[in-house]
Amino acid sequence: MAPEQIKNVILDILTDIAPDEDLTDLKDEVNFRDQLELDSMDFLDIVMELRKRYKVNVPEQDYPELASMFSTVNYLTPKMVDCVAS
Amino acid sequence: MISYPKPDELPDSQRVVITGIGLTSPNGNTLGEFRESLLNGKSGVEDYEIRYFGKTIAGVCDFDVRKYQTRKDARRGTRAGSVGCYCVHEAINDSGIDWENTDRSRVGVYVGVTEHGNVETESEIHEIRGFDYDVKVWSHHHNPRTVANNPAGEVALNLGITGPHYTIGAACAAGNAGLIQGLQMLRLNECDLAIAGGVSESIHTFGIFAGFASQGALATHDDPTKASRPFDKNRNGIVVSEGGCLYTLERLSDAKARSAKIYGEIVGYAINTDATDFVLPNPERQSQCMNMALSRAHINAEDVDIVSTHATGTGMGDALECDAVRRVFGASEKTYVNNAKSFIGHTMGAAGALELAGNLVAFEDRVVHPTINVDDLDPECELPGLVKNEPREIEKIDYILNNSFGMLGINSATVIKRM
Repeated sequence: MAPEQIKNVILDILTDIAPDEDLTDLKDEVNFRDQLELDSMDFLDIVMELRKRYKVNVPEQDYPELASMFSTVNYLTPKMVDCVAS
Repeated sequence: MISYPKPDELPDSQRVVITGIGLTSPNGNTLGEFRESLLNGKSGVEDYEIRYFGKTIAGVCDFDVRKYQTRKDARRGTRAGSVGCYCVHEAINDSGIDWENTDRSRVGVYVGVTEHGNVETESEIHEIRGFDYDVKVWSHHHNPRTVANNPAGEVALNLGITGPHYTIGAACAAGNAGLIQGLQMLRLNECDLAIAGGVSESIHTFGIFAGFASQGALATHDDPTKASRPFDKNRNGIVVSEGGCLYTLERLSDAKARSAKIYGEIVGYAINTDATDFVLPNPERQSQCMNMALSRAHINAEDVDIVSTHATGTGMGDALECDAVRRVFGASEKTYVNNAKSFIGHTMGAAGALELAGNLVAFEDRVVHPTINVDDLDPECELPGLVKNEPREIEKIDYILNNSFGMLGINSATVIKRM
């Protein structure tokens, strides 16, 4: 899966877990928490959805990698290279 | 035993009144809609389907979840939580309380539930089934959704209430039990405003349908609106329903100070236990419960104008409750008897609170709503004051006794007086 596709996956997950938020102007370099009302349970939702949808495992020590869209896509690109976009 | 003084001899600070009502029922999302349905024979029971169990019938609520919850909060929480959030806002709005200036640390939330957690547990097991039962996909939301205080906690979270909150697990007596808990906490000065009543999300668990079906106690009928038929010869079981009803309870002194509208005063209550069977009721204990509530209210059976029965439409349950009601009210010519489950099915944890609300309006309009679907009255359910199929207008209504019973032999009765 290419980085742009991974970004769409994350946007899709965010749409589910933060349904009241407008994601159209989400900035890639800015931390999610500075732009969206997300708490630790929401980040666990991202981890869970990646596991359910793509069998991608994000170990706890790597959670800080999910801070922004940029860091998340960077982190996931090697892990999701063999994943197929649904 | 603590003696119960006459309610009107208590100081106003020990008298507890109902000042607001918020509800959702399968046949109405406001007290006005609910009451209109009860007076016009409008059922809220419909065809329903749920995974594993398949096609059945149920009472389904259609309140607007988004009215008082964000999408995210509704997604993160439970259906019972959403029912509670809807009801509490409606109740506070109805009460006229100046919520912005209310000390949230002095508000208590007491929500009756029949069961809680089954919906989420079933959903999670269903979900992991798709992953070969890999528990690594078991949701981290499971525990906060299934803790027993969840519905009350969601209400508190939604409104920033920092006083005590908890649920009262009391099977199908829970609606009354929530009210009683609220009253007691006001009397103990644990809070200044009690949010009290009951909620149910039970139609979202297949287990409750399957359990009643296995027990031979789940209602079936070609016409869903005819399925819930307490006291009728052809009744064949319970219609499972969802719903909720929360009240604002205040001390009479506080209600008077803000010139609040008062629906009625809780002047008597009782909870006791059969201690005879897991499921089958005991009319002797039920009648003792009603008598205890009357005694605490310092009134006699003939003072009661309406008895709102618990009857769920099961063969034994209805007949045994009628036996109990006959023991207490058999000689009272002016007591009328009705049943709201015939309209909405059994709203479980909400039933006691919801069914009382449907009758409280009678203090104003002096109409006793009927029990519907009594096409062929079972002689075992013959009660002199039973109001069948059509509402009945009477001269005045001063007292309502509200029955609510549950499995494991829990019985409850509340007595409400017109102010």
